Amino acid sequence: MSDPILILDNVSKTFRRSGGAPVRAVNNVSLTVGRGETVALVGESGSGKSTLGRIALGLLAPDSGRVVLEGRSLGDLSPGEFRRARVAMQPIFQDASSSLNPRRPARELMTQALRGQDGASDARSAELLDRVGLSPGRDYLPRFPHEISGGQRQRLAVARALAMNPRLIIADEPLSGADVSIRGQILNLLLDIKAERGVAYLMITHDISIARHFADRVAVMQHGVIVETGPAEAVLSAPTHPYTRQLVAAVPVLEAPAQA
Amino acid sequence: MRRFWQRFLAYRAGIASGGYVALLALVALATLLWPGLDPHQISDAAMAAPSLDHLFGTDELGRDMLLGVLYGAQVSLAVGVSAAFGATLLGVMLGAAAGFWGGWLDLAVMRISEMFQVVPSFILAAVIVSLSGTGLTQVVAVIVLLAWPQIARITRGEVMRIKQLEFVDAVRCLGMREWEILATEVVPNAVAPVLAAGTLVVAQAILLEASLSFLGLSSADIISWGRMLNAGQRFLFNAWWMSVFPGLAIFLTVLAFNLLGDAVGSALNPRTVTR
Repeated sequence: MSDPILILDNVSKTFRRSGGAPVRAVNNVSLTVGRGETVALVGESGSGKSTLGRIALGLLAPDSGRVVLEGRSLGDLSPGEFRRARVAMQPIFQDASSSLNPRRPARELMTQALRGQDGASDARSAELLDRVGLSPGRDYLPRFPHEISGGQRQRLAVARALAMNPRLIIADEPLSGADVSIRGQILNLLLDIKAERGVAYLMITHDISIARHFADRVAVMQHGVIVETGPAEAVLSAPTHPYTRQLVAAVPVLEAPAQA
Repeated sequence: MRRFWQRFLAYRAGIASGGYVALLALVALATLLWPGLDPHQISDAAMAAPSLDHLFGTDELGRDMLLGVLYGAQVSLAVGVSAAFGATLLGVMLGAAAGFWGGWLDLAVMRISEMFQVVPSFILAAVIVSLSGTGLTQVVAVIVLLAWPQIARITRGEVMRIKQLEFVDAVRCLGMREWEILATEVVPNAVAPVLAAGTLVVAQAILLEASLSFLGLSSADIISWGRMLNAGQRFLFNAWWMSVFPGLAIFLTVLAFNLLGDAVGSALNPRTVTR
């Protein structure tokens, strides 16, 4: 872990609602993602994992602590530098029907990502769509997000993220929006991309079996704090923290033995 | 765009009001370009009842009412459309910026818009016009000043809703600039209710111009429906046609723009089911 791509260093975020008690969504959390590494951030809803994801993406400023992307602290960058630096990480959200502008066809959605890059063209867009399994890609270019299925939309979102040549993909429950039958395909697509491009992943999920299938390392989050972290296999087969044990015990036991 | 027309045409009131407005625009253009037509032309027959010579009758100076009503479309459309355009432009810019960036900007824009909304608009318009002069430019300026707050409020509300959607965060991660996100991603998604409200402003503007003219707060040289009503009311019992035809023109035009606003709103709403 000599050269991590992302370091979250003692990050905290408290939400203040008018009239209610302040919510400490993220409390002094530190987390590191190495280059090409896949880290699963697991925890139940309300544990603060999505907030941490938004902080990592630079969409939410932490109250304290630093977000360091490829050696540069995001908080220290000028707005222009920040904009140029952040494209190294791309999000994949839960529901592509809200993460893609409904008024733009696939062609424009892809062009938005490709513009300013060499070789931006319909051919390049179609190639990327082909890569994520929307083939022939050319046929999908004129389609609007509501004209394709949920699984295809998520593939389109993945293609757009890939267009930026990211070195880190932060995926927040990327499978929850898809039908069960599609989930396996999307998961395999993400695994293929990892193998092909050496992209690092921060995978935010409540699903332990996805974490086990996908991740090199697991961080378990509860009430805004990371309670346990370590190699996926070790943490999930021999959890030490009671909350991790609960999460693992809640998974149905129909699974085949975990793969290497 | 094709979708828009399908929905729009499915809405019958939309066809009717759209057709009427198109016809009105044609009339206004024709009276502007047709050579040798003079609505100020005085004939011997003063206050003549409608006949084949003068279908809408003549006024107290013997001017043809039909020609006057047709000419009046120029003023009503010019005032209505330019005022609505100005109010929409101003309202969208201020409302979008306020909704997107929030903070002191939002506070300032909203307080200023409230100032205009709590004052009785017609009285304010009458005061401003009588102080600043009665030209059409002043009338348009007053309507813009009175109408932008409603556009700004609608825009602000839509922008505040849309800026929280995930696709905005997604383009932010593509490295897009904030103002560009607002202009190309957020505002285009807010356009439906704003355009509908903007069309309604046309109707309000036409009515306000007519009201001001009716009260004599417009230049006497300008041929407008409100001005004709003002002249006609003195002869209401002798020459009904002097009031009825301009009144009807105002009524139909305001109605048409109101219906058009509704039709545009539902045609642009993706949730509208085409019948």
